[in-house]
Amino acid sequence: MGATSTTAGPAGVGWHPQALLRRLRSGDAIAHTVTLIFAATILLITVLLVFQLWVHSGPSRAKFGWNFLRTSTWDPVFDNYGALAFLYGTVVTTLVSLTIAIPLGLGAAIFLAELAPPKLSAGLSYVIDLLAAVPSVIYGLLAVFTLVPLMSKTVEPFLKHKFGFLPIFKGPAYGVGFLTAGLVLSVMITPYIVSVSREVLLSVPADQREAALSLGATRWETTWKVVVPYARSGIMGSVFLSMARALGETMAVTMVIGNTPQISASLFSSGYTIAAVIANEFTEATGDLYLSALIELGLVLFLLTFILNGIAQLMLMASESRGGGGQRG
Amino acid sequence: MTLRSAWRKSLNFVMLSLTGVCALITVSVLIVILGYLAWNGGTSLHWSFFTNLPAPVGETGGGIANAIVGSAKLLLLAAVIGIPIGLLGAIYLAEYASPLPAFVIRYSADLLNGVPSIVIGIFAWTIVVVPMHSFSALAGGFALGVMMVPIILRSSEEFLRTVPRSLREGAMALGTSKWRTIATVVVPAASGGILTAILLSLSRVAGETAPLLFTAFGDRFWNHGWKEPIASLPVVIYTYAVGPYDDWHRQAWAAGLVLLGLVLVTNLVCRGLLSRQATQQR
Repeated sequence: MGATSTTAGPAGVGWHPQALLRRLRSGDAIAHTVTLIFAATILLITVLLVFQLWVHSGPSRAKFGWNFLRTSTWDPVFDNYGALAFLYGTVVTTLVSLTIAIPLGLGAAIFLAELAPPKLSAGLSYVIDLLAAVPSVIYGLLAVFTLVPLMSKTVEPFLKHKFGFLPIFKGPAYGVGFLTAGLVLSVMITPYIVSVSREVLLSVPADQREAALSLGATRWETTWKVVVPYARSGIMGSVFLSMARALGETMAVTMVIGNTPQISASLFSSGYTIAAVIANEFTEATGDLYLSALIELGLVLFLLTFILNGIAQLMLMASESRGGGGQRG
Repeated sequence: MTLRSAWRKSLNFVMLSLTGVCALITVSVLIVILGYLAWNGGTSLHWSFFTNLPAPVGETGGGIANAIVGSAKLLLLAAVIGIPIGLLGAIYLAEYASPLPAFVIRYSADLLNGVPSIVIGIFAWTIVVVPMHSFSALAGGFALGVMMVPIILRSSEEFLRTVPRSLREGAMALGTSKWRTIATVVVPAASGGILTAILLSLSRVAGETAPLLFTAFGDRFWNHGWKEPIASLPVVIYTYAVGPYDDWHRQAWAAGLVLLGLVLVTNLVCRGLLSRQATQQR
């Protein structure tokens, strides 16, 4: 990180005044060092970020230890904090969103990569890339005023009527809650699944398809039994990538989750996620322990996304080494 | 046999149509979003909406002039932080770095890119807000700048690497030193791509709300300094959307239309430029 000495230069000569002067005159040593300093800043920022989260969450970690993750009391009045309800909300909303986004995104990716004529595919991919650029607060705005009423008046009563025997569709339907938040998240992460999976599918060698088709397989059988399995690790990578996005997504979820720290089997009931509680309570947090507990929530969120992104990178790297293509970064 | 092949053919037809339906649903979301925003926000877009301050709480009317200026100031700060680090870092990666440091820096940039924006907000709070004892435009700009760095770094590096080797060799053959070659030949050759990458990263952080909530905070008045809390478009949309007044909701739609318009137009222009460059290079 602090490797800013001039000996890091390519020539690496000693301290002879003339040699030094020559290198300075050509300016390469300086340019090398300057760019290195700026590049090292990125490493510094990343290390500092982890360090700050760790240090500022210190009081909370010291007081609650692992119980922070095992208890669900969140009581600012008595300074007693447990993150379980937020963890539960984060995991449930993410799972709901993946349940919808994986089939939808994979289906769209298959259409774009395997079926659509190139021009149509390019046009639709363009629109889907634009979708990924829509700010999260805009999704939240639409969800609050259109999706929430729709859910409470139409969708949730319907689900209750038809599938009410399932514990996940029980209880009063307010419109805000796990299901609505998961639905919004699914809309937000589908573009990621589509664009990464499409790249991966396009990189599957054509002879794989031709071999299957020449054996008399239908188009669908070729896609489902040959192309998709071949691209499996890349597709899984896109899923983990979007899972990390969903976990950390803040604004849209905050606006429709209902903001009640509770663990309930019903998807209709309101809940809370890690990101949402940080967004809502951070500015109002009085007291060091309260703030420290919120920052520890941030640390937990960081670690979760760090692990998921790591898995995604490995899977995409595996798919890249197998058939070229895939998406970096 | 015929029954089986009929089954396979119909399965083929059904599943392939379903994938088309999936693509249609995904794409139609954008149309729905645009349509709803235009429908609900379009009627509130008057000239005064762009030039007036917010009305006192509870009164109708007023505009979002301070939020537009605030967003511009935050983006300026973010650019001041994000562009030098991202661009010079990319030059280091593309031109100077040996494999190990390059791997470390790329890895940390990827890690930073994956950090949820709300966590970046906490980071900016600990670095800027705590020592200054106040929410400020500086803190918000810092948070957005940190988010810009990895985006600019990775895309600029890609563009620098696409500059043909022959250009570098031509300059070097004339006796130009390496850094002069980079500054006068390589970077200018990649400048179009780098500029669009910078614009795209600006449009990306322009819509970020979460990292601003407890850094730039928000404000209902003009603010001329950099050390005070400052309003921004995304935070205004959030505050108005979850607020209790109908007039606020109306303004949230209008502000949302403005923000989405800015983001989408920037994206369209950038992607247009990029694809034109790509065809020119071929």
